[in-house]
Amino acid sequence: MRPYLLKGHSRPLTQLKYNREGDLLFSCAKDHNPNLWYADDGTRIGTYVGHNGAVATCDVSLDSTRLLTGSADSSAKLWDVETGANLFTWKHKAPCKAVAFGLGDGLAAIATDPFMTTTPAIHLVRIAADEADQSADAMQVLAGFDKRTNRVAFTDVNATLISAGEDGFVRRWDVETGKLKLESKIHAGSIADLQMSTDGTHFVTASFDNMSKLVDTQTLEVLKTYATDRPANSAALSPIFDHVLIGGGQEASQVTTTSSRAGKFESRFFHKIFTEEFGSVRGHFGPINACAFSPDGRSFATGGEDGYIRLHHFDNDYLTARFF
Amino acid sequence: MAATKIRWGDTLDEDDSLPSNSISGPDSRGVKTIIEYKRNDKGEAVKVTTKTRVSKVEKKVYKVTAQRRTWKRFGEAAKEQVGDSVTVQGTEEIPFERTRQSKQTQDEKRQEKDLKTAMQGSNKSEIVGSLKDILYRKRMERQLLQARGLAAGPERPPDEDDDAPGGLPVAGSKPGGYVPPSRRAGAGEGDSMRRREENSVRVTNLSEDTREDDLRDLFSPFGPISRIYIAYDRDTGEARGFAFVNFVYSQDAQRAIEKLDGYGYDNLILRVELAQPRAER
Repeated sequence: MRPYLLKGHSRPLTQLKYNREGDLLFSCAKDHNPNLWYADDGTRIGTYVGHNGAVATCDVSLDSTRLLTGSADSSAKLWDVETGANLFTWKHKAPCKAVAFGLGDGLAAIATDPFMTTTPAIHLVRIAADEADQSADAMQVLAGFDKRTNRVAFTDVNATLISAGEDGFVRRWDVETGKLKLESKIHAGSIADLQMSTDGTHFVTASFDNMSKLVDTQTLEVLKTYATDRPANSAALSPIFDHVLIGGGQEASQVTTTSSRAGKFESRFFHKIFTEEFGSVRGHFGPINACAFSPDGRSFATGGEDGYIRLHHFDNDYLTARFF
Repeated sequence: MAATKIRWGDTLDEDDSLPSNSISGPDSRGVKTIIEYKRNDKGEAVKVTTKTRVSKVEKKVYKVTAQRRTWKRFGEAAKEQVGDSVTVQGTEEIPFERTRQSKQTQDEKRQEKDLKTAMQGSNKSEIVGSLKDILYRKRMERQLLQARGLAAGPERPPDEDDDAPGGLPVAGSKPGGYVPPSRRAGAGEGDSMRRREENSVRVTNLSEDTREDDLRDLFSPFGPISRIYIAYDRDTGEARGFAFVNFVYSQDAQRAIEKLDGYGYDNLILRVELAQPRAER
């Protein structure tokens, strides 16, 4: 593989997202401007200019026309993907750390941090078909927890929202009533990432407690545990193989104390069922903060604390090899 | 009338223009030939023949994806200069490093063992039975991958120098030309030219998509193999139906001939014989 190095951000990456067809790659970082790239050759299409703080998260609508971002400037913004125009801004009183579109793109979730006197919450908002009619009001506010939410995802055809946060809990919320249906402490440490499988039946989490776990969406039962010997910042599921990609590495604050090889900044591949590590791809010189599989499973992207996105297209031998 | 008359001597001098370039093909085997005429520094006419194999690669893309390729740049990307190098392709080849080797399944181990014992025995039908299973399965796996477009066929440039029909490319085949050390007589583990030819087994009537690995599977039970050579067509890259297998020991070669001559492989009856020493050119 000869990966593409995308240097569009000046600060650590926070999240990477492919669109449904897998031709676009969205990236957000602690600098203020999320970027849009062609996923095949890494050409930059544009940047979304408007946020005034670190952008923690983004999500793209199914038809790739709308982008939702959440930022530390206490706002969430809706963008036109093609032109980069800011269509709407939700102003909150606390940083927004997690956003997600619901199925059909008529619904979205925006999670806010605990900040000063405000308590953390997840705001469910309606996305209007015409942005002129867009309302800033939340149709439902989910609350009752006291730590930051790092990831949210809709499931059960928008009937349920899944949230994962710093307290190590994963929660299932009823979207209609706003009530907590089920919660389970999955990790001892903060959950940094949660990515759904293609069919939505299970998801993978990545946590600072050096673990990554495969969890059933309905029961929140831990199906598999992948032990890494360093904090896991992001985990992704291959859409075509039983492979789990885990990115992480020594905490950024500790990096200078050891050699770069000891930091273990490789992207690591685990078998989903056997939970055994079978391969790795090196490249970053800082911990990996975000990783994502292309929807066709033939390429993946990783974003690091070093500010680089590395876009890898697998060689044939990965696609044909029998690893087990 | 006399003034317009052109003498033949004049025409020869003036008519020094080069023949026009011609492009022919792609022919039935997908080979396109470009013949160009040009002058070199000394003013001599040079004919350059370029052969390229043309293959069509179909890639399906979504309509929306094709449409998105035409999007205009916006934001910071619109201000990018040519030298900004926001996107660069790494120069270093990054491998997918395997942390563990794949284990053989019990089934495969058993099959391989069966094959070994069968080869040591003298019953010909026994060998054929067990070999057939394994090789067939391997070939089917490969064809499946090829059908999915994952496995590459034997990819080589059309003009690769494997032109010797019925013979091996031999050191010094072009008199006075440079011979790389690896091809010189006596190169590699003391494997002299004479010996190489002595233990060489010629396999003919192979099917077109036989690979080196298949032959290795087929012949390795008889003893260590020093080299396998499959003749490919220089234009199409397809196998030409014959190959040479070099054994380290001559008795192994002899045993292989005894057992595999007349062996049915891929619906073709293999012909296995000792390679005849190369005829002098």
